[in-house]
Amino acid sequence: MSTISREEVAHLARLARLEVTDDELDAFAGQLDVILESMKTLAEVNTDGVQPTSHAVPLVNVFREDQPQPSLPRDAALAGGPDTYEDRFRVPRILDEEA
Amino acid sequence: MTKLNDYDKAVETYEPVLGLETHIELDTNTKMFCGCSTTFGAEPNTQTCPVCLALPGALPVANKAAIEATIKIGLALNCHIAEWTRFARKNYFYPDMPKNFQTSQYEEPLCENGYVDVVVEGKEYRIEIERVHLEEDTGKTLHVGGATGRIHGATESLVDYNRAGIPLVEIVTRPVPGTGALAPEVARAYTAELRDIVRSLGVSDVRMEQGSLRCDVNLSLNLPGAEWGTRTETKNVNSLRSVERAVRYEVRRQSALLDAGERIFQETRHFQETTGETRAGRSKEEATDYRYFPEPDLAVMEPSREWVEQLRSELPEPPRKRRERLQAEWSLGDKEMQSVVNADAIELIDATVAAGTTPSGAVKWWLGELSRRANESGEELAALAITPAQVAQLQGMVDDGRLNDKLARQVIDGVIAGEGDPADVAAKRGLEVVSDTGALETAVEEAIAANPAVADKIRGGTHAAAGVLIGAVMKATKGQADAGTVRQIILDKLS
Amino acid sequence: MTGHRAVDQTAAHMAEAIREGRATSYEITEAHLDRIDAIDGTVKAFLHVDREGALATAREVDEAIARGEKLGPLAGVPIAVKDVVVTKGMPTTAASKILEGWIPPYDATIVERIKAAKMPILGKTNMDEFAMGSSTEYSAFGATLNPWDTGRIPGGSGGGSAAAVAAKMAPLAIGTDTGGSIRQPGAVTGTFGAKPTYGSNSRYGLIAFSSSLDTPGPVARNALDAALLHEVISGYDPRDSTAIDAPVPPVVAAAKAGATGDLSGLKLGVVKEFAEGADAAEAGVIAAYEAGVEQLVKLGAEIREVSCPSFSYALPTYYLIAPSEASSNLARYDGVRYGLRAGDDGKHSLEEVMSLTREAGFGPEVKRRIILGTYALSAGYVDAFYGKAQLVRTLIKQDFEKAFEQVDAIISPTTPFIAFKFGERTGDPYQMYLADLYTIPTNLYGGPGVSVPVGLSEGMPVGLQVMGPVMGDDITYRVAAALESTQDTLLADTAPEIEGN
Repeated sequence: MSTISREEVAHLARLARLEVTDDELDAFAGQLDVILESMKTLAEVNTDGVQPTSHAVPLVNVFREDQPQPSLPRDAALAGGPDTYEDRFRVPRILDEEA
Repeated sequence: MTKLNDYDKAVETYEPVLGLETHIELDTNTKMFCGCSTTFGAEPNTQTCPVCLALPGALPVANKAAIEATIKIGLALNCHIAEWTRFARKNYFYPDMPKNFQTSQYEEPLCENGYVDVVVEGKEYRIEIERVHLEEDTGKTLHVGGATGRIHGATESLVDYNRAGIPLVEIVTRPVPGTGALAPEVARAYTAELRDIVRSLGVSDVRMEQGSLRCDVNLSLNLPGAEWGTRTETKNVNSLRSVERAVRYEVRRQSALLDAGERIFQETRHFQETTGETRAGRSKEEATDYRYFPEPDLAVMEPSREWVEQLRSELPEPPRKRRERLQAEWSLGDKEMQSVVNADAIELIDATVAAGTTPSGAVKWWLGELSRRANESGEELAALAITPAQVAQLQGMVDDGRLNDKLARQVIDGVIAGEGDPADVAAKRGLEVVSDTGALETAVEEAIAANPAVADKIRGGTHAAAGVLIGAVMKATKGQADAGTVRQIILDKLS
Repeated sequence: MTGHRAVDQTAAHMAEAIREGRATSYEITEAHLDRIDAIDGTVKAFLHVDREGALATAREVDEAIARGEKLGPLAGVPIAVKDVVVTKGMPTTAASKILEGWIPPYDATIVERIKAAKMPILGKTNMDEFAMGSSTEYSAFGATLNPWDTGRIPGGSGGGSAAAVAAKMAPLAIGTDTGGSIRQPGAVTGTFGAKPTYGSNSRYGLIAFSSSLDTPGPVARNALDAALLHEVISGYDPRDSTAIDAPVPPVVAAAKAGATGDLSGLKLGVVKEFAEGADAAEAGVIAAYEAGVEQLVKLGAEIREVSCPSFSYALPTYYLIAPSEASSNLARYDGVRYGLRAGDDGKHSLEEVMSLTREAGFGPEVKRRIILGTYALSAGYVDAFYGKAQLVRTLIKQDFEKAFEQVDAIISPTTPFIAFKFGERTGDPYQMYLADLYTIPTNLYGGPGVSVPVGLSEGMPVGLQVMGPVMGDDITYRVAAALESTQDTLLADTAPEIEGN
C-alpha cells in the first residue's frame, strides 16, 4: 500500500526548499513508505488522558535578565557570509510579494 | 484600473466587519532570545550574535522583561493571563528571518480574551481582543536595483539583522461587526487607544513612523442579515491616518467587486502610503503551511498568579481615565477634548503644559496653527519638527509680550526649518515686538495726525474705532508692535 | 595491542604523569598527533587536525606545571571533538558540504570547558552528516573505517570519535548522542561511550539535530577516563534553556567505586520486550552480553526482569520526533549568512538559490529526514504524527520510571549487531535505523546510558549498555566500571594494530 505519493514528496521538498531530482523523488517516496508504515503503528496506542513529553526533565519559567551582552564584532558576524556588501548580507532578487 | 465605489454609497449597501492585528516592538534593553542590544538606528549588523544570526549550535533564552511587558499589555487590555503557555516555531523561509522559522506562539498565547472600549462620535464600541502573544521581529531587507527601493523590480537585496530577534508583541482582535459607516474611524480609534495604552505602560515607544507599531487591517463586507464575507488582510499600514484610509479603500474596492457580482479572494494586500491604495500580493501557488510545533529549545512558562498580580499592581492610570482627568484639569468641553483626541495631541499638550504653559495656550497652538500645518503637509502632529518644550517657550514669549501671534507664527516657520529654539529664531530673524514706547508713541501720533476724523470718533467715546489707528501703527512698525499696548497708548492720548 | 607507548596509557594515567612531571603534555600530545599522521590516512577518523593549536595548549600546560600551578584533573590530556560541536576559529562542518569552510566565531560551552580544563584539542572527528546515521557512511567527506576491521563501519553518527579513541589517536573524545550516536559506535569499536542525562550538560554550540534529544558526552577507553571527562564538560549553563540547574552526579567517584568489583545489593533490570520480536539481537551479540551479565551476577548484582510495554513504539516515536525537529533546525542552512551557496548566477531568484544550495549541500539521509519531518509537521498530520509521538514518549517514560522503582539500573546489549560491512544497510534506511533499537529509549526518557565493551562476536567488539534513571548517571558508571574490573585486559587494548603509512 502506497501511503505517500511522488507528488506529495515533491510538495514536501518544495516546502523544505529542496530542489530534489527525479531519481531522488522516486527513491524517497519508496523509502518513506517503509518508514511511515512503522510510524502508523503509533495510531494503535491508547494515549487518552496522557500529557505530552517535550523534555526529560520538565522545566518551567527559564528566563534571562534583560542585561545587554556584547554582540559579535561586525567583521565576525559577516565573515561567514557567502556574499556581503556594505556591511550587509547580499542575496539574489527575492520573488516579489507585491504585484 | 481598480473600480471603486463611492464610500457613502458602499456603506449604505454593505456592512463592514473589521479585524486588526497589531505588532508592537518592545523597547527592552536586549533582544527576545539573546543579549544583543536593541538600539534603533545602529550601524548594520553590529547588534548580532550567534543566537540572532542563527549560527549553527546557538540556543535561545527568553528575556524576562519581555514576558513581563507582554503580561502588562495583556492586563491593560483586560485579558486573561495564561497559567500555562509556551513558544512555538512558525516555519517558513525568508531571508530576513535567520533561522527560517520564527519563534512565536501558537495555540497557547500568553494572554487571551480581553477588550478595549473606544468612543467614536459619542458612541462606545467594544473591541474584543482574541489574543496577545510574544514573538520575535525579523531583520531588515534593503532592495537594490529597482527604481524605488521596493522589492518589485529589485535585482538583489541586502540584509541587516540588527532588528532580528527584537521582541514583538502581536495583538489580535476578534472580528468587529456593527461599526457601519464609521468602520474607518473605529479602526483608527482602536489603534490610537491601543497605542496610548501601550505607551502608558512604558514598554514600547510605539512610534508608527519608526515601525515600532505596525498594523494589519482585515476587512470583509456583507449584506445586512447575510453571513460575513471573505476578508482581505492589508499589511504595511503604518500610521493612524493610513489605518483609516486602508479601511475606506477596501470598503470601496470590495463593494465595487461585489456589486459587479465578483468574488472577494482571501488574500494579503499591501497598503500604498503614497496613493492610499491597497495592492494584491503575489498569488501563491501553494497555501502556506507553517508547520507550527512547540519550540523544543525553550521551557514552558507558568506565570504564577502572584507574579501576575504584582505586575497588575504596577499598571499606570489607564489612558481613558487619564483623558477624563486631563479634560477636567484643562477645563475643556467634550467637543474640544474630542478635537484634542482626534488630533492625537494629548501627549503633546500635556508635555507642553508640563513645560510651563497654561492649558489654553498649549491647546491653542497644537489644535490651531500646528494642526493646520500638519494637515497641510499630511503629517501626524507629533511628526512636526517642533517639540512641546519649544511650543511652551513660544507661548511664554507671547505671554511676556515679546511676541504677538503673527510674529509667533513666523517663529514657528523658523523652528520647523531647523533654525533652533523660538528664542534663537526670534533673535536671528529680528522678530521681536517693538516695546520701545517712545517709538510707539511717535507712530501713534503720526497715525492720529493722518486720521483726524477717526481720532475725533474715539474722543467721542467710540473706542471700537481705535482699530483703524492700531492697523496703521502695525503697518508702520511692520507688525512688530503689540496690539494691546498700541491700543492703550491711543486711548490714553485720546481721552 | 597493549604497549608502553604514550598513546597506550589511559587518560587518567596521562594526567597523573603530567601533573607529577613524569611526562609532558607536549610529548603526549605530539605522540597522538604523530599517530594521527601515521594511521589516520587509513582510519579517516579526523576531518580536521590542529597540530599547532594542540601543541600550543600543551606547552602552556607544561609551563604552568613548571611554575607550580594547580590545574584540573585532565590538564594536558589531548582530546578529539566531534565535528558537530562548534569550535571558535576551527572549521566545523557537521560533516556536511553545506558548512564546508565555515569557521565559527564562537565556542560551544563544552568546548569552553575543555579549554578551561587545559586539554589540547587535537582536531575534529568525522561523523554521519548532521549526526544522522549509524555508520559514518553518510559523512559528506567519506566514511571512517573501523580499526578492528577496516572493511566494517565504526558505528555512527560518532564513528570518528570512537575510531580515533579505539585506534589510540586520542585518549578521549567528545561525542553527541541523539538516538545512540555515542553508545553504538562505542559498542562496535570496543570503546566506552556515555550519554549523560539530557540537560545535565549544555547543548549550547552543539549543532542541533533534534533539540529535545541531543546530548553531548564522553568517549574513552574505560569508565574512569570517561567519568573524568564527564565531570569536565557537565553542569548547568544559563545559555541553554533546557539545562538542569543541579549538581553533576558524582560519576568519577562512582567509577572508582565500581572498579572495586563489588555490586552486592544492586538490582539490575533486563527489559523483557528487548529480547522479543523479529528485530532482536544477533546470537553472537547475545552470547557476549549474557557472559557479561554472568560476570555482573558474580560481583553481587541481582538480575530482575522488568517490562517496558511501549518499547516497540520507541523506534517509530523517535523517527517522528527527531526528523520533525531536524527539519526545522536545519532550515537555517540556506546560503545567506554562512556556508555553501549554489546556483547564484544572476538568473536565479533567492528562492531558487536557497533550494539549489540545500539540494547541493545536503546528503541523501539528511534530505530524507528533512522530508520526513516536514511531512510529520505539516497541516493535517502534525497531531497524528509529531503530537502523537510526544504522547507515546510519555508512555515510554512512564515505563522506565516504573522500572526504576524496582531496579537500580537496566542493562541490555548496546546494539543488536556487530559492526556491519560498508554498504550493507545504506540501501534500506529502516535496516540502518535498527542499529539504535536499544539506545533510543534512553534518549526518549532522557536518562543516562553508557556502553561498555563486554566481549567479542566474530572477532568484533560487543557492548553492554547500562541505563540509569534521570540524573542517576553515577550508577551507570559504577556498573560499567565493575564489569571492566572482571576483564584482565581492557577490550580496547586488544584491537588489532593498524597498518600505518
